[in-house]
Amino acid sequence: MNAILAMIGRRLLMGLLTLFVISVVIFGATELLPGDLARELLGQSATEETLAALREQLGLNDPAPVRYWNWLTGVLQGDLGVSMATKKPISELVGTRLENTMFLALYAAAMSVPLSLMLGVLAALWRNSIFDRASNSLALTAISFPEFFVAYILILWLSQSGFFPSMVRITPATTFGDMLYMCFLPALTLTLVVTAHMMRMTRAAIINLLASPYIEMARLKGMAPLRVVLRHAVPNALAPIINVVALNLAYLITGVVVVEVVFVYPGLGQLMVDAVTNRDVPVVQAIALIFAAAYVLLNLIADVLSTISNPRLMHQR
Amino acid sequence: MSNLILPPGITRRGVLKGATAMAAAGLILPATMQRARAEPKKGGVFRLGIGHGSTTDTYDPGLWDQLYVQTFAAARHNYLIEIAADGTLVGEIAESWESPDGSTWIFKIREGVSFHSGKPLTVDDVIASLNHHRGDASTSAVKSYFDPVTDIKADGGNVVVTLNAPNADFPYLMSDYHLAIMPGTDGKIDVTSPDGAGGYIVESYEPGVQATLNRNPNYWKSDRAHFDQLVLLTIIDPAARLNALMTNEVDTIDQVDPASIGLLESRGVANILSISGNAHYTFPMDARMAPFSDNNVRLALKYAFDRQELVDKILAGHGSVSNDNPIGPANRYFFAGLEPKSYDPDKAKFHLKEAGMDTLEVTVSAANAAFNGAVDAAVLMSEKAAAAGITITVDRVPDDGYWDNIWLKKPFCASYWGGRPTEDQMFTTAYQGGGAWNESFWSNTRFDELLVAARSELDEAKRRAMYEEMQQLVSFEGSSIIPMYNNYVMAVSKAIATPEKIGNNWNLDGFRCVERWWMA
Repeated sequence: MNAILAMIGRRLLMGLLTLFVISVVIFGATELLPGDLARELLGQSATEETLAALREQLGLNDPAPVRYWNWLTGVLQGDLGVSMATKKPISELVGTRLENTMFLALYAAAMSVPLSLMLGVLAALWRNSIFDRASNSLALTAISFPEFFVAYILILWLSQSGFFPSMVRITPATTFGDMLYMCFLPALTLTLVVTAHMMRMTRAAIINLLASPYIEMARLKGMAPLRVVLRHAVPNALAPIINVVALNLAYLITGVVVVEVVFVYPGLGQLMVDAVTNRDVPVVQAIALIFAAAYVLLNLIADVLSTISNPRLMHQR
Repeated sequence: MSNLILPPGITRRGVLKGATAMAAAGLILPATMQRARAEPKKGGVFRLGIGHGSTTDTYDPGLWDQLYVQTFAAARHNYLIEIAADGTLVGEIAESWESPDGSTWIFKIREGVSFHSGKPLTVDDVIASLNHHRGDASTSAVKSYFDPVTDIKADGGNVVVTLNAPNADFPYLMSDYHLAIMPGTDGKIDVTSPDGAGGYIVESYEPGVQATLNRNPNYWKSDRAHFDQLVLLTIIDPAARLNALMTNEVDTIDQVDPASIGLLESRGVANILSISGNAHYTFPMDARMAPFSDNNVRLALKYAFDRQELVDKILAGHGSVSNDNPIGPANRYFFAGLEPKSYDPDKAKFHLKEAGMDTLEVTVSAANAAFNGAVDAAVLMSEKAAAAGITITVDRVPDDGYWDNIWLKKPFCASYWGGRPTEDQMFTTAYQGGGAWNESFWSNTRFDELLVAARSELDEAKRRAMYEEMQQLVSFEGSSIIPMYNNYVMAVSKAIATPEKIGNNWNLDGFRCVERWWMA
């Protein structure tokens, strides 16, 4: 147990270091964007005078390292800063968006993870059968289409005929049930996009193990094929499966901006794109940090879980 | 209205007389919609999907710049003066206005109007609202409107604005969408508050996503603001906007993609409103730089492409040809008598010869950020120009940062203008020598003289002659290619009724659809 705690501690420290490096990269990258917030806010109607006045107000005239230091110290104290454009605290701006993004990610995960694990196990069990080939080709077809295409096809089939709404409109009065109903199409789109990856990894990991001597032994004992897979193969295949699931969860949190745009879903991705086009640098930085943290955290969890699932890694000498 | 010196606004006849070519423009309404038109009905929820809006939008009137905030502002605020659907000026917060000499303007403030908070609207609020856009510290986009203003003061129930020179169009400026009347405290307005005197009260607002507004029960206009509730949604993606309309998630969308208009019409779920206004697309050329410094080169380019083709292909017919004239058919002094410029490679060659050239090579920078289809338009121009010995290389640049890195920086690029209610405003903004937004850096002494003279000219006929001469100058000597006026194209569900005349000063019935339209 102590070994695990020590490992988690070490990983967390490494994660923090990674985040620090990422923060430098993020800041550097946002500095490279052409133009600045004052220019973007005033758009085509900017004149030199109004630009100068607005830049002064927003504190854009400080040198970059000073602005980076101010930002970093703020973040360390839990203060993400204030959006330059709206003057609102970023935590307020990001809060509801993060909730929405997490909801959609979890919703899609709740559909896609069981589905792909089940399909993967069954495909391994009946490999080279019609079922195996059909599920493989369907999953691969779904992943091969661009997300927006899948989304529009779903809208055409399921929305224009009136089954599900084509856009998500969340108000304070929206209940959990409404949310599930409204978000079904975006969640289904994401499910179709991520299932293939997880399913094929599950299938490959299990098939790999099915050739091992101990599985042969279990079969020779006369054990039922399903039990062989579930009882003996799956526990040993967990490590790669957990890793691919974690990677896909991270994708569901960070990479769904296209789906958000099509379904007008107010998530973090849209907020970030918006902030980038408007040069609202503090918001871009905050969201990039959140995304990075999601990746680091999910990878950490995956590492810990796969270590726990493998006694050989637990008792290293 | 004691508004004697102002000429009447455009009349229907004026528009038709002047613009036979524009006859097809104007209002195209299906018959079903006209039948639906009866007395406005109260009630209902109006859901409007707008292709603009960003998380960075604010309540600060000086920063408003796109359709979402403009419409949202029109829903919750009133202005001194409103431009009616027929183009005339109607008093809103200003009950009436007059000027003895064109440089002192007296606005009589309407009594009995109160803000949503219950605070009565006073002269001081109006002064605070106007002063927000005035002075060195102001960040307002319309700061320059107030440069000639020397004083704004209260006089009983009147607000008196003094200018340093006469300006017959000053009331038109006061209808600008930035100049919302907001409650003032100690001479300052609160730019973080949505409080206004308009027809709807903000219930919730999430910038870049949606706003919900409820009818203001104390609204002073009894014949306006018919809906119980407004929902204004930001739907940036054109396909998502169309989907939302087709699946009845919204009642009206703006900026319908010209390519899908036909499909939408065939589905029969909505009516298309195609309104010809003064909005136009431009290709400014930097007049300070060779080869564009030679007017013959500019003329060669103006004759080297097919305007009608651009209207047909880029706007799918929802627009009309412009003769390099930033003054549109909806303006009062639109000069319909300009000699039209057709596609004429020989004429283009002739002007090249005059400039001492046989061939010409130029590069145009374009991105769809300038206007939807800008890149395609540039390619079409380049194809046609080849016959005149002109090679136009189309440099496709990123949308992101377009107004920062390309516009006003590259010698030849694409741009757009939303049209302005007055000739003076349009010319001052984009064509006066040395103006901050003079995108072509064109400078013409005669033009600049006329501009100042026409502003204070109170004789209608003389004024018209001046504006016509100026349009002639811009068209034949100016440094902007203006191929077309683009219509405002909206799709309106059959559940919504609209008045017979739709405002053409801006999109969405001059932003006023929220208070002028009703449930069918």
